[in-house]
Amino acid sequence: MRVIPIRGATTVAASCDEPSGEVPKLDLPLVRRDFLKGSGVLMGTLALGSPLLALAPSRAWALELKTLTTAEGEAVLKMGRTLFPHKRLPDAVYALLAKDMDAAASGDAKTAQMLRDGVAALDKAVGGSFARASDARRLAAVKAIEGGPFFAAVRGKCITSLYDNDMAYKVFGYPGSAWEKGGYITRGFQDLKWLPEPDAEASPKPYLG
Amino acid sequence: MARIEFNDGSAVVIIGSGAGGGTLANELCQKGVKVVVLEAGAMQSSASFINDEWKSFSQLAWLDPRTTSGSWRVAKDFSGLPAWICKTVGGSTTHWAGASLRFQAHEFKARTTYGDIAGTSLMDWPVTLQDMEPWYGKAEDKMGVTRTNGIPGLPGNNNFKVMHAGAKRLGYKEVHTGRMAINSQPRDGRGRCMQLGFCFQGCKSGAKWSTLYTELPKAEATGNLDLRPESQVVRVEHDDAGKASAVVYRDKTGAEQRQRARVVCVAGNSIETPRLLLLSASSKFPDGLANSSGQVGRNYMRHMTGSVYAAFKQPVHMYRGTTMAGIIQDEARHDTKRGFAGGYEMETLSLGLPFMAAFLNPGDWGGEFAWWMDHYTNLAGMWLVGEDMPRPGNRITLNKDVKDKYGNPVPNVHFDDHENDVAMRNHAFAQGEKVYKAAGAIKTFRTPPYPSTHNLGSCRMGASAKDSVCNAFGQTHDVSNLFISDGSQFTTGGAENPTLTIVALAIRQADHIAARMGRREL
Repeated sequence: MRVIPIRGATTVAASCDEPSGEVPKLDLPLVRRDFLKGSGVLMGTLALGSPLLALAPSRAWALELKTLTTAEGEAVLKMGRTLFPHKRLPDAVYALLAKDMDAAASGDAKTAQMLRDGVAALDKAVGGSFARASDARRLAAVKAIEGGPFFAAVRGKCITSLYDNDMAYKVFGYPGSAWEKGGYITRGFQDLKWLPEPDAEASPKPYLG
Repeated sequence: MARIEFNDGSAVVIIGSGAGGGTLANELCQKGVKVVVLEAGAMQSSASFINDEWKSFSQLAWLDPRTTSGSWRVAKDFSGLPAWICKTVGGSTTHWAGASLRFQAHEFKARTTYGDIAGTSLMDWPVTLQDMEPWYGKAEDKMGVTRTNGIPGLPGNNNFKVMHAGAKRLGYKEVHTGRMAINSQPRDGRGRCMQLGFCFQGCKSGAKWSTLYTELPKAEATGNLDLRPESQVVRVEHDDAGKASAVVYRDKTGAEQRQRARVVCVAGNSIETPRLLLLSASSKFPDGLANSSGQVGRNYMRHMTGSVYAAFKQPVHMYRGTTMAGIIQDEARHDTKRGFAGGYEMETLSLGLPFMAAFLNPGDWGGEFAWWMDHYTNLAGMWLVGEDMPRPGNRITLNKDVKDKYGNPVPNVHFDDHENDVAMRNHAFAQGEKVYKAAGAIKTFRTPPYPSTHNLGSCRMGASAKDSVCNAFGQTHDVSNLFISDGSQFTTGGAENPTLTIVALAIRQADHIAARMGRREL
């Protein structure tokens, strides 16, 4: 499970009935300065009505990059969306891909170089910024590098980054772990009604004690 | 737990604790035989199993480096992962789906029945179905196989309902929730299936039979078992007379240990078992221990496999409940009018979201692929498993260029489909699609074979020492006190999931070994 650490404002608990009317000072972390410690940052907002709002502490999310620049992170994020286009998946999930590629780059200089070169090649292919290019131009650029090591590294990472996290589970309707809920024997394992029921010989009744 | 001294050469030493090794250990212990089981993997339990596909994979799977070659797609998509099998106490019985089918009579006589098919090494087994029937009966009772021994079939889940509806509309007759070693009601001190949906990740309720929590504890209770987890065997040694004398292994700390043995039984599954014999080459056995036939590692089979997934307009939620309790058996017959020899079973299958992304179509990407993931809750799936042809060139060899952490050459798995396999797979894909279309599918997908979960035949049994490694009891032709005790023994693969046959052979082998030990022939 991957969760993006969400930076939100922390407020000092203050009562509302201050007789002086003084506005309490909010103890905000030095967010901007902290961000500048890293090499880049990706930010976004979950859509109103997103099923993920229940999972997230706030609508806004931010991801600090340790090796990739913001532009490179955005390019990787958009490459993920090009490789595996899901309207229902918010940028927050594709940012996990950028996070994982950033971690790989932080751990190995060759990987970092391959990512840099790969993003540069994508930028060149669209004649500007890959992250800002249209869907169609991004697709053409990615198709053109299909089969190369940068393509393979990013596509391969998508499999776990995009599909093995709480947010993706929620979006695609996969509940994940079941044993702690008692499995599905009383929670709809055979609740499908739009096809005929099998006969008892083919499918005997469950034993419920 | 019994403690058998390293220098005590009076025990049977079994390598591997899975369907073969675990069953053999218990059967021997029950007869009063002292047994050491050396298991490479660690001890897990229903409590430590994880309902998370990738985390569980890291916990249970055999992840020591392996290499692949040949034209099979696994060599391209998963070049370092030829098989999805286990390194854990209980072996692949922790991970298996529970399907427990007997071979059909003609499948023991594959060469006689199918004829001399070019490019294969087809051979008849040195046993018949009639020989095996009493042992199949014992195995079904031991494992608690549904639809045998008065045990009711499992209730069908949504994935089965879709298969059943389509199959019946298509005209298939043998459609039911299968013969599964999963308790449909409490039995043998274990509860009944709670339809958890994570069968492949180790059964957290214990309803599914696994040697981990059946055979091994029962063996331990006799006082005759010395089970050593995290003990990876690297060599089997023999004496000047050519008899197996000791087993060398690396313990948990990596230190080398030597356990003397009266009898050695190798049950490391069909990649590690031949690898071990090849690693145990000596001046007396220059081509590998017990390899005068040259067949150690050869004739490796992985079953014709593939999957069909289908998308429907309405939700299925196929992940709810048993992964594989559903079967169509009509195509398991031998009927060359279909264009191939041998037959195949069609069994329900489900993958979770993470594994669907990894295995639906390895290497794929783009809008078409994303469409399938978008429709995850509306998918149904089946696995096609059929008889693949043994070929001398499909084999396990030592890869001298790649070494494992102990400095030993890793196994290379070479595989090329035979045209019979391809014809069978194409037929099975088409039939699977028809089943789902009959149930109302809007789209179907042909998924290629996964890293092999059925691994067979690489130390096959046969009547002659010229073309087989062991005899009808798994005793190697060359070394009288060395036995093959896992699916490596299979002469041919049949259409059926192998575990029931492995367990039946192990029960039979235990009887044989104990009787011969009693007569001081071993």
